[in-house]
Amino acid sequence: MRSRRMLSTVALVASLALAVSGCGDDDDGADVNAKPDAKPTFAAGSTMARLSEAGKVKIGTKFDQPLFGLKGVSGNPEGFDVEIGKIIASELGIDESGIEWVESISKNREDYIVNGTVDFVVATYTINDKRKLKVAFAGPYYTAGQDIMVKKGNTTIKGESDLAGKTVCSVTGSTPAAYVKEKIPTAKLTLFGTYTECAEAMRNGQVEATTTDNVILMGLVSKSPDEFELVAKPFTEEPYGIGVKKEDTDFRTFVNDVLEEIYEDGRYKAAYDKTIGTVQAEMPAPPSVNRY
Amino acid sequence: MDAVLDNLGDFGEGIRVTLQLSVVSFALAVVIGLVIATFRVSPVAPLRAAGLTYVEIFRNIPLTAFFALAVFGLPKVGITISFFRFAVLVLSMYTGAFVSEALRSGINTVAAGQAEAARSIGLTFGQTLRLVVLPQALRTVVQPIGSLFIALAKNSSIASVFAVIELTSTFDQLTETETATLPLLIGTAICYLLITIPAGLLTGVVERRVAFKR
Repeated sequence: MRSRRMLSTVALVASLALAVSGCGDDDDGADVNAKPDAKPTFAAGSTMARLSEAGKVKIGTKFDQPLFGLKGVSGNPEGFDVEIGKIIASELGIDESGIEWVESISKNREDYIVNGTVDFVVATYTINDKRKLKVAFAGPYYTAGQDIMVKKGNTTIKGESDLAGKTVCSVTGSTPAAYVKEKIPTAKLTLFGTYTECAEAMRNGQVEATTTDNVILMGLVSKSPDEFELVAKPFTEEPYGIGVKKEDTDFRTFVNDVLEEIYEDGRYKAAYDKTIGTVQAEMPAPPSVNRY
Repeated sequence: MDAVLDNLGDFGEGIRVTLQLSVVSFALAVVIGLVIATFRVSPVAPLRAAGLTYVEIFRNIPLTAFFALAVFGLPKVGITISFFRFAVLVLSMYTGAFVSEALRSGINTVAAGQAEAARSIGLTFGQTLRLVVLPQALRTVVQPIGSLFIALAKNSSIASVFAVIELTSTFDQLTETETATLPLLIGTAICYLLITIPAGLLTGVVERRVAFKR
């Protein structure tokens, strides 16, 4: 495990090196550094200039979402969202020590952005119109969706339509449960209070499949990679965006620029491989950013 | 209120399952309670110890934890039954511990002289309990046991998060499709009242029927 992490770190540094050297001519390839030493310059008065000047940024993320933002005992959270946050910070000329991670749960994300508790939020944050009334979204940088988890080696359930007639587990009163009830009425819906309980029921053979957002399922798979696997054919779309202040169009444009840049230069893929890639190796194409 | 009226069928089905769950579990709980209460007043020390152990374990484990232990633990030792039966098993064993304590307190209200008189005319312990003590004890515990049924009916809502589609999970599912949550919540509460208030009234009727003067 440790060696794999080492390897992916090496891969990340290497791809960063490639990215940096790829920008200019090849003759100066020795100038390799994950932490930018030259401060980028930004228009005076912009959020970018303010953060870059201070050398500090407060980023909201989840602390309890495996593979995206999970804080262990070691201190800093780890995951795909965290990597994206670090990249944006580094583009502002801020290294990791200048980042303050703030736990943002689903209920407080809008308020944290509006009140300035955080400078931006990368926290499995689905872009929707209701939230756009309060905050603005850069991205999307990842598309989540409802997927299916089965016991490893299950060959009968390969997609949404295979759920017909099967015992399918989800959480009571959840959107994925309502989706199954409406779209696949012949599925035998089994509802528990948490997805961990669904996993337990699947271990016991009491249910054949568990369905909810792939992000949650990937977290479960990452905990028991020998027992479970993802069908990996999402059938709904949940675009994840980066939440910024509603009126701060310049900052949103900056973040969108960063995203488009890292889609191309390999840093996005490196961040994926290091985190989500450990559970689902094949990286889906990054969604195109929506500059609304 | 349309949210409730549009889904009367779902609510009806929810009431049916909750009622079924409550009545079946209660019947079993009374049987368990009778057995355990007999153990607890028996002259045989190991039986008394067994009765006490049962009560202390099943009265003190939080019901949700007990549900999880049974639903996910028993299949690991080869016991796999339907989720409804798991719910009946857990609710009846849990409530049985309380029923046994209610019965035991009723037994204690019967004057010791009653049992002594019964034994002195040659009745066995079992006969004494069945013919003399319990008939008198039961009459004093009608209200507490009726309250236990009401508690059981409400506790049965925990089955909603253990794969039984009853009244509470009907509500949970409807909140996902309907926007008006408050009317649904009120509707659900009324459905529970439709079960528990008649149960309370029935308890009163039974109590008056079996009442006797001392």
